[in-house]
Amino acid sequence: MQLDFHIRKTLQSGARVFTLDVRLQAQAQRVVIAGPSGAGKSQALKGIAGLLRPDAGHVRIDGQTLYDSERGIFMPPQARRLAYVFQDYALFAHLNVRQNIAFALSRGWLNPRRGARHAAVEYWIEAFELGPLAHQYPHELSGGQRQRTALARALVAQPRALLLDEPFAALDSELRQTMRAELDALQRRLQVPMVLITHDPQDVALFGEQVLHLHEGRVQAAPTRSTPDLNPQADDSYTARVAPATLAR
Amino acid sequence: MDTSNWADIWTVLSLSLKVAGWATAITLVFGVALGWLLARKRFPGRELLDTLCTLPMVLPPTVLGYYLLVLVGSRGPIGAWLQEHFGINLIFTWQGAVLAAAIVTFPLVFKPARAAFEAVEGQYEQAARVLGISEWALFLRVTLPLAWRGIMAGLLLAFARALGEFGATLMIAGNIPGQTQTLSIAVYEAVQAGRDDVANILAAITALVCIAVLLSATRLMPGRVAHQH
Repeated sequence: MQLDFHIRKTLQSGARVFTLDVRLQAQAQRVVIAGPSGAGKSQALKGIAGLLRPDAGHVRIDGQTLYDSERGIFMPPQARRLAYVFQDYALFAHLNVRQNIAFALSRGWLNPRRGARHAAVEYWIEAFELGPLAHQYPHELSGGQRQRTALARALVAQPRALLLDEPFAALDSELRQTMRAELDALQRRLQVPMVLITHDPQDVALFGEQVLHLHEGRVQAAPTRSTPDLNPQADDSYTARVAPATLAR
Repeated sequence: MDTSNWADIWTVLSLSLKVAGWATAITLVFGVALGWLLARKRFPGRELLDTLCTLPMVLPPTVLGYYLLVLVGSRGPIGAWLQEHFGINLIFTWQGAVLAAAIVTFPLVFKPARAAFEAVEGQYEQAARVLGISEWALFLRVTLPLAWRGIMAGLLLAFARALGEFGATLMIAGNIPGQTQTLSIAVYEAVQAGRDDVANILAAITALVCIAVLLSATRLMPGRVAHQH
């Protein structure tokens, strides 16, 4: 995936004024945006997805312009063909697992019916071993099952890239290891490009083919290319920069 | 009591149900639309609009009825316009009673609708957007179903309130038996005329219908809405 973006946005929450100014040119299948909480990672990812309208900048993926303030282009999120997995998954509480996964496939004013069967939906239910849970509702699922459902819902629409917002933060540490390995294997198998944001050095080590370090809305150092398994430096250089509170997790 | 009384009671009851039904349908549309607008959009005068929408809850119904009369009466700006362009007259008609009941009950739908929409996290709508769903479709497929319980509870309260509406209805629609005489107005008239038997029956019917509606509303208003967390 060729990802080229520059997002500038001034955000105000209460008395705090925060300016996000992030730039990245990546040529990698796995891009990680890392940094402590409050660094503006989620805002940057939302900017790529079109869920946040920047003040200025551009977003280009594989040569296609999704956003360009100078040329007056802002493609709505609906048209970007990106998938976004939210930190706590944002599964639709009123729809069961199968309906959640089928959500993007029905384009009209009605949700997928409970009895409807789509080949693509059934494929992902099978792939994520969600069959016995297909008729259950999100509040009846465990954290790992919710994440699998959210991934399946995202992948059914055949996105050009997968955007993941702290995908393992809502899980306990044991499950986190499992799901991390699962996402790693899934990405290798599908070769779907992904942008993952995290404050966890272990995610950086595993997924950070190209890493962008954010601190208080700014990029900290030039993105470094590293082979995660062979280069423990990537891990160390990151941990050296994050706050101790983050490391303690 | 002879059979003609029973026929009269049926006339009063069916008219009241018709008026309350239409009034609830109208508040559904406007209450949901304005509740959503105030929950989701930021614009100047937002809190003033909220105040105006809540006003019918605290204003005496007779005062509301009076203002309505001023507006939609034959010499009122809206009334004259309706008369001139469509030949519509709302005064002393059951449609006028619908208008009065709709305005009196509006806050009962609007308030819970706004709260229900505010309780739906924007994240669900964002998730639907990224999945390619248009704004209209995501309102119908995500926002409305997640807010529905709160709105439904408000609708039931509005229906019960509309059924018993007295002050504003009397101002606008008057008291014409068989045309605009609704339950609570009929009760008032029966008591005034010393017909306690009719008053008792009408009062009992009103109380029963309202208790049934309130019981349903309580079932729909749980401490928590089914959300994943």
